[in-house]
Amino acid sequence: MRVAICEYGAGNVRSVEIAFRRLGAELTDRVEDADLAVLPGVGSARAALAGLVARGHDTALRRRFAAGRPILGICLGLQLALEETEEDGGVQGLGLLPGRSVRLREGRVPRMGWAEVDGRGTFYFAHSYAAETPCATAWSEGVVAEVRSGSFFGCQFHPEKSGELGARYLEEALSLSLA
Amino acid sequence: MAAGRVVKGIRFQGLRDVGDPVELGAAYSDAGADELVFLDVKATLEERATLVELVSQIAERLAIPFTVGGGVRSARDGEELLAAGADKVAVNSAALERPELVTELASQLGSQAVVVAIDAERGRVRSRAGTTETGRAAVEWAREVEARGAGEILLTSIDADGTRAGYDLELTAAVSKAVDLPVIASGGAGNAQHVAAAFGVAQAALLASILHEDPDRLASLRDELRELGVPVR
Repeated sequence: MRVAICEYGAGNVRSVEIAFRRLGAELTDRVEDADLAVLPGVGSARAALAGLVARGHDTALRRRFAAGRPILGICLGLQLALEETEEDGGVQGLGLLPGRSVRLREGRVPRMGWAEVDGRGTFYFAHSYAAETPCATAWSEGVVAEVRSGSFFGCQFHPEKSGELGARYLEEALSLSLA
Repeated sequence: MAAGRVVKGIRFQGLRDVGDPVELGAAYSDAGADELVFLDVKATLEERATLVELVSQIAERLAIPFTVGGGVRSARDGEELLAAGADKVAVNSAALERPELVTELASQLGSQAVVVAIDAERGRVRSRAGTTETGRAAVEWAREVEARGAGEILLTSIDADGTRAGYDLELTAAVSKAVDLPVIASGGAGNAQHVAAAFGVAQAALLASILHEDPDRLASLRDELRELGVPVR
């Protein structure tokens, strides 16, 4: 099982690497033809997208998506896959799925900590923006927690930081990409 | 943390060695801790950066959020810690000396990765591991760092630290009310009732002394909190 984690000069790439290595995955730089491509994410949308484009990951991810090969977007990685985000004065996303990411309007922001994802259990969140999309498949306290469109899977929470349950979530992503 | 070992004192004084950071960190992660905070409390006083290699070794063993602080003086320092496997960077003394640092960290790492640690004694902020007066009120400083893009506030009461007599609820409530950021209460945890009370005024509670003494206490504490009606995972 070869997993490509898109590195783009920002974020907690190492945490994601550690989590996948623990599951026995082999890490590769080949975003386009790995068994699973992971778009991780923390940081700001504009810098992240610029970093993705500078490394050619945007093209590789679009090709993967068109070919129906699995991609997992985590947190900002999910938001970047949408058509646009209102972060940083408005940034155009990869457009792998319809919708936009908007600033959280309720509660304390950033929304930090463990929260229930309906039907899935408790996961760790750390975000100020969230998706508004017809592709949502799970919610947490009214916030979109998971999306799916074709071969793109996205989670707003951080499975790599969500203990045992998070590890099982990543394991499931690996098994789906084998199917 | 000091000199590569986990240490804990009372009111920031008399630091005692309580264990190996890599082993303790892994034990807490496995025992169901929600988050790990690693503060290299001597880094600023010894004018050096946080122990990046040690951070990397701890990160390797964790499956929970990991906040690292101590000696962070620039956005570059913050990036190095994230690259080593930290999820969030805590900044304290250097931000008090140069508040723009909070803005720089937030724009470089994103607000969600920037924790401002505030150490307060009788409501006033102290810097350099509690050794230096700053003349700032904790509430005012919290408001300023929020405006500068901080993502979380780790509020430690020096008066309560290590006493096990309960969190400083008055201070915590005042800061929590002043900002819309999540506030982590720190200092004074002695039992489950104290933690439950902290959740009444803060979004999270930090535990140190009582766990370092007995890491198995974490599991029983979670059960006790559940009985008190506090939602724990």
